[in-house]
Amino acid sequence: MSRQASGLMAWLLQRTTAIYLSFLAGYLLLKFIFDAPADHAELVAWVAHPLVAMALMLGVPLVLAHAWVGIRDVLIDYVRRTNLRVGLMTWFVFIIVASGLWFVKAIITAGIGG
Amino acid sequence: MTTPRPVFLDLLRIKLPLSGIVSILHRVSGVLMVLTIPIVAILFHQALSSPEGFAATAAVLDTWLIKLVLLGLLWALFHHLVAGIRHLFLDYGVGLDRAMARETARLTLYAAPVLLVLSIILSFLLGD
Repeated sequence: MSRQASGLMAWLLQRTTAIYLSFLAGYLLLKFIFDAPADHAELVAWVAHPLVAMALMLGVPLVLAHAWVGIRDVLIDYVRRTNLRVGLMTWFVFIIVASGLWFVKAIITAGIGG
Repeated sequence: MTTPRPVFLDLLRIKLPLSGIVSILHRVSGVLMVLTIPIVAILFHQALSSPEGFAATAAVLDTWLIKLVLLGLLWALFHHLVAGIRHLFLDYGVGLDRAMARETARLTLYAAPVLLVLSIILSFLLGD
């Protein structure tokens, strides 16, 4: 991660992901305020729709990259003790990667028909 | 590095300018949302897994305490979104002069609660 997601690259990554995420967040907000899935079948049908599935699947790595750069910046700025900072960064990487896999599994399973 | 300049970092007595308040709240809201990522992943996966799972997720989201947390998170999302868009404009040099920056900072601070109230009203009007 060090070379790919630090300095100017991290700065750029944070802004490009932000643009996609702002549109995705806007769509999700409107969807859940005006037309939230009322039961399991509706939720599955929504997630399994190719455009929605695509938008969500693309959103997962982007939101996680955005979250990682953000939390990394916060930890670098406020946690002065090196071992604590590295420990927290490792913990967040685990949580973020595990969450991403869980999201993708849920989306793919819905597409298959579960 | 030693300079004769005085250092004043009493956090309780430093007065943040409006832009500074927007900025620190951007960070706070971001951290809040990062902390909920695993919980959202678990609830989303559970809701998709089966009708029982959907009911279980709905039951969790329907409790009073969680609804309050959700309102807090919705504020966080709105603030993060609006402040983020403001920061993007600042990156491109738009709205950098002090009066303008202060005005957009004030607007950002108001925008998130306004959007929050608006979405609460809409969700009350549109369903149960």
